[in-house]
Amino acid sequence: MEEHTLAHGAYWTVKEFFTYPNEYIYWTIHIVIYPYLTGLVAGAFVLSSMYHVFGKDELRPVAKFSLVFSLALLIMAPSPLLFHLTQPQRSINIMMTPHFYSAISAFTFVYLSYMAIVVFEIWFVFRPYIVKQAQERDGIVGLMYKVMTLGSYDVSEAALHLDHKIIKILATAGIPAAGLLHGYVGFIFGSVKTVPLWKTPLMPFIFLMSAVISGVAVCIVTYIAGMAFKKHFICFVPIKSMSKVLAYFLVIAFLLEGIDIVFHAYTAEEFWHIMSELLFKRFAFKMIVVQWILGMILPFILLVLPNLTMLRSFIAASLVLMGVFTMRWDVVIGGQSMSRSFAGFLEFNLPVFSKNIEIFKEGLIPALFLLAAPFFLLYIFNKVLPVFKDIFTEQECAEAEDKMSKRLF
Amino acid sequence: MVTRRDFIKAGLLTVAGMTIPISALEIFKPEALASLVESFSKKKRWAFVVDTTKCVGCGMCAKACKLENEIPFEAEVQRTWVERYIQTKDGEVIIDSPRGARYGFTSNDPYGKELKDEEVAKEFFVPKLCNQCEKPSCVQVCPAGATYKMEDGVVLVDRSWCIGCGYCVTNCPYFARFFNPVTNTADKCTFCYHRITKGKQTACIDACAFGVRKIGYLHDPNSEVFKIVSTQRVAVLKPEYGNEPHVFYIGLDHIVK
Repeated sequence: MEEHTLAHGAYWTVKEFFTYPNEYIYWTIHIVIYPYLTGLVAGAFVLSSMYHVFGKDELRPVAKFSLVFSLALLIMAPSPLLFHLTQPQRSINIMMTPHFYSAISAFTFVYLSYMAIVVFEIWFVFRPYIVKQAQERDGIVGLMYKVMTLGSYDVSEAALHLDHKIIKILATAGIPAAGLLHGYVGFIFGSVKTVPLWKTPLMPFIFLMSAVISGVAVCIVTYIAGMAFKKHFICFVPIKSMSKVLAYFLVIAFLLEGIDIVFHAYTAEEFWHIMSELLFKRFAFKMIVVQWILGMILPFILLVLPNLTMLRSFIAASLVLMGVFTMRWDVVIGGQSMSRSFAGFLEFNLPVFSKNIEIFKEGLIPALFLLAAPFFLLYIFNKVLPVFKDIFTEQECAEAEDKMSKRLF
Repeated sequence: MVTRRDFIKAGLLTVAGMTIPISALEIFKPEALASLVESFSKKKRWAFVVDTTKCVGCGMCAKACKLENEIPFEAEVQRTWVERYIQTKDGEVIIDSPRGARYGFTSNDPYGKELKDEEVAKEFFVPKLCNQCEKPSCVQVCPAGATYKMEDGVVLVDRSWCIGCGYCVTNCPYFARFFNPVTNTADKCTFCYHRITKGKQTACIDACAFGVRKIGYLHDPNSEVFKIVSTQRVAVLKPEYGNEPHVFYIGLDHIVK
């Protein structure tokens, strides 16, 4: 009996003033990482669609990269949820007896449909490359590419033309699907009626906009880092274009988050006295300084100042990534930090080491693993489907820059 | 040879074909749909009455519940608990429930701070338990359908099916839910379903020496619960959440959270 006396949540929660006896911070670091990773997916995919659907030609060098990267992120996106379940081996039950009134259950189906779109699109985008490899290589690698062709070796001009059409359709369908995927994550939180910080119809949109900024930012950071690692010539044109997208969406994301807080303050419902203490005292540094000033306002200024450089883009994007992660933390942990009795507070202490596996798996080390895993996956994917190859030469880069400078948007 | 067009066609058909049987499980479950739009209250429906004017905060109910339902006694989770509310003369409200009150309240010392009698304006105890809501948000959000409502209004958890996502725990306005440290799944008060269905009283009612707690059918003219709810002024906790709780309180104060 002795080992069962520690209730789930009791280890990492510190209570202050009155909270209900069963009240703990149940959604921990993994539920912070989960919307963060899902958000990166949506942002990265939108970027690749801007090339395929909206004809932003200057994004061609990053189109394949952001598409494959979004798959790597997508594969890892639900894994924080699995880490967080107390009975992960039963996760299949969601599919066995789906309960569609539950946002988590509905998310599973949205996620799987979106996954199908991304996988199909990647297959069509890389088909000529796969066919070429299947014909040229032999051995196990050759066999792998042969399997990946799915028996379709037709790379005639007519076939490729059809491919392009299909890619355009998939990329177009992918945009609302990406929006739905992340909107649903926002809905999972927004529908928790007991947490005043989450309970707003703006939640899906707040999450969606911060998803776009984090997704674009992670593409900027990873693309620059990846290209530098490969020692390729890095054309600034696609990065400049991505930086513009990032700056536009930063404004929207900031406004939405601001409106939400202003509304809570203005309507001043019964929980405002405790929420204002939480936001402006206990979470003041995290929210105002890190999330808003360092994560949104400063990167925006860095991006819109004239004569943007690659280093400035890189720094601004890194700051945005940090800001969005802090936003997820503030929303998930902050939301649960005020007791549902509106009389007390709960504080979350991230476990680092523990002999107890239940506590360890909610801790720092699995969290770092989950955050690093998509980059590792991208590294492996890049070995099979190279994403840093279809890049601008110096001459193409100059032409693209010339074209871009003549356009307003 | 399979053309790409044929392959895509076949693939889409397979995916579409596979989704139909999965969704059929849910779509053709009339009782699940009905529970959202139509209440079962017209049928036999369990309800609970708590008379807060009689509770002395001895905590025997919380103790009995732990022993009856095999929730580890030292674990800091409770199926039922008692809260103490103290309003001082300068208007401050102090609320506490040390260890869910399973050892009772023995002195006037919330959070270890002694309060003098002359400082206190009013003081009372409020026992709490799962409200067995008519529209339980825990049932609504459970992704696997492991939490379900019986026709007689009691909400139960299938421990062998719960995946442990905690969505129900965060969605309960009363925090009546927790993770059972032994089974590692969501847990809650069941109105002692194993006892009431055999004609017995719940463990907490049996343990209460002051007649604070009562259980019965809501629309049975012979039940005491029916008589109280239909003739006295009773209140429920947090009605603004729309869950329609079925634990009715006599003498509920506005400072109760």
